Amino acid sequence: MFRKEKLNQIKEERNDWENNDYSDAIKNHPERKSRFENLSGTEIKSIYTPEDIANLDYNDDVGFPGVYPFLRGVYPTMYRGRLWTMRQFAGFGSAEETNERYKYLLEHGETGLSVAFDYPTLYGHDTDHPLARGEFGKCGVAISSLKDMEILFSGIPVDNVTTSMTINGPAAIVWAMYIANAENRGISNDVIGGTIQNDILKEYIAQKSYIFPPEPSMRLIVDTFEYGFKKIPRWNTISISGYHIREAGSTAIQELAFTLGDGLEYVKAAMNRGLEIDKFAPRLSFFFNSHNDFFEEIAKYRAARRIWAKELKKLGAKKSRSLLMRFHTQTAGCSLTAQQPEVNIVRVTMQALAAVLGGTQSLHTNSMDEALALPSEKAVRIALRTQQIIAEESGVTDTIDPLGGSYYVEWLTDKMEEETYRYFDKVERFGGVIPAIEKGFFQREIAESAYRYQREIDENKRVVVGVNDYKMDEELSIPILKMDEKGEKRQIDRLKKLRRDRDQSKFDRGLKRLRKAAEGDENLMPYILDCVHSYATLGETCDVLREVFGEYKEPAIY
Amino acid sequence: MERKIRVLVAKPGLDGHDRGAKVVARALRDAGMEVIYTGLHQTTEMIVETAIQEDVDVIALSLLSGAHMTLFVDVTKLLKKKDMGDVLVIGGGVIPEEDVPVLKKAGVAGVFGPGTPTDDIVDFIEKNVKR
Repeated sequence: MFRKEKLNQIKEERNDWENNDYSDAIKNHPERKSRFENLSGTEIKSIYTPEDIANLDYNDDVGFPGVYPFLRGVYPTMYRGRLWTMRQFAGFGSAEETNERYKYLLEHGETGLSVAFDYPTLYGHDTDHPLARGEFGKCGVAISSLKDMEILFSGIPVDNVTTSMTINGPAAIVWAMYIANAENRGISNDVIGGTIQNDILKEYIAQKSYIFPPEPSMRLIVDTFEYGFKKIPRWNTISISGYHIREAGSTAIQELAFTLGDGLEYVKAAMNRGLEIDKFAPRLSFFFNSHNDFFEEIAKYRAARRIWAKELKKLGAKKSRSLLMRFHTQTAGCSLTAQQPEVNIVRVTMQALAAVLGGTQSLHTNSMDEALALPSEKAVRIALRTQQIIAEESGVTDTIDPLGGSYYVEWLTDKMEEETYRYFDKVERFGGVIPAIEKGFFQREIAESAYRYQREIDENKRVVVGVNDYKMDEELSIPILKMDEKGEKRQIDRLKKLRRDRDQSKFDRGLKRLRKAAEGDENLMPYILDCVHSYATLGETCDVLREVFGEYKEPAIY
Repeated sequence: MERKIRVLVAKPGLDGHDRGAKVVARALRDAGMEVIYTGLHQTTEMIVETAIQEDVDVIALSLLSGAHMTLFVDVTKLLKKKDMGDVLVIGGGVIPEEDVPVLKKAGVAGVFGPGTPTDDIVDFIEKNVKR
């Protein structure tokens, strides 16, 4: 990017500065650490100059927003045209309670919905299943049937609000419930929009809410891709997620590399089915974490876009829309402290700012009380206001990719890309993502990083304000969310009534046909939709698939 | 040579958040204890059964889903029923302050929330284990 003679001049001056000004300064006042490194353990120098990005070609490697390789952003106008979607992940207790929370959030300026399901739902069990004991509505809303879905979205204009649903193992069924609910309300398939997470690979790797083994899981995912571009064109049929990999303890580099690796695995699976890449690739979306290391996070988002564009091009994608990586960001839940919880607002602000400077398409800001319980109304409102302040007051939205061209950020972006390819090679040596999962490669890498991070805190090598430094005795000063204790009983009664009142022959027929289709190789989405319409419950539908596909069990590695 | 303290690190219920359990398992092992990790999705019966078979001194439960008031208490109840009340039970996770006294009364001797140094858990076990 710089002329050779100019670079030589800079080199000379830098040497001069290092040998005189800098070394004199550290002789008198040593630096705070002997080695500075970021959260991934990458060594960080005192200063970056044009020399560090001498090989960067502006046109090929950087370019313009909305244009290959999309380093600077996926749209030509970015936030000058339209702000990111403010989408708060929410769900607790019964469908009724969560419906109220959604209306509250929309009233306060939220622009998209995001559903958190409880554990039984994530594992495809109904609320009255024995394994659901103690879990009803605890870390999300319980949705056992189309009936619950109807209540969850009652009074919400699903024709002009998009909805993201964090659901993986049973994603196809829960998506079918959303589609069926819209159909019953007379809203056509091509109007509804949103996202299903539907990313099973990271479940095996990190989040652990899997149901079926890899092969049938991948089949279901490709079924949703195909059904999506044919019937529900505005739906993102997957959100390939690094968030949970990071929460499980990975570094930013691991998050980046493992997520993109998973993404490419889905692309290959769909191509192996014979789907045309430019048909399904435009509906792939991503989801990243935003942790504490400000610049590393920004570099991560930028690197992610460039790698994805390059790789999809290699796989034969032609449409610009197939090459651009759209992503959602959530601030790092694992960075929140139970100590001095109000201080989390500041952490979240920095993390949210990094996501915006990194060009995110939608954002969830965590609430200050989430290391203690699910967020209270007040806490979630402040979290939403944080986004609104960044959007409306900070001015960072007025120009695109404002950190592009920073010697440090461009160098770090390159570095993260390089490290990602190194991981791709490692995974390749295992024979791909699924064999690497089965051999526990990712799980061990993550456990290793998580342990190292904890040791650094325990040994005071890494300061966490309020936890291992700047501590104080405190009385807990924030209110904790209380759930309606009658919710569980109401839900179980509703399930009983539903099983009694539904059209039994329609129900039997639906499940029977689904079983037959699952034993063959047809796309299962139409069959699942029929089951959902007949008010077969989530558990009943999943049980049929469990019987045909079997269940996944993971090795216990620590 | 003195027998090492034997700890069962267990994940009850459906919760998939296993970062804390794994970190604690490693820390206890590094502190010289014998650690058995159950893996995910354990029922109360499975946990107690493993505790018997492995002849453990300590059960360390980890739960971040919020179901601790049900599932931790299920474990301590079944232990008492099986006459294993002298096994030290501790628990960790996202646990509101107000739940702590109730859990302690139910037999969860130590409750460790987010931000706990792993050394505190080691110390607690060494001071309180009965064997």
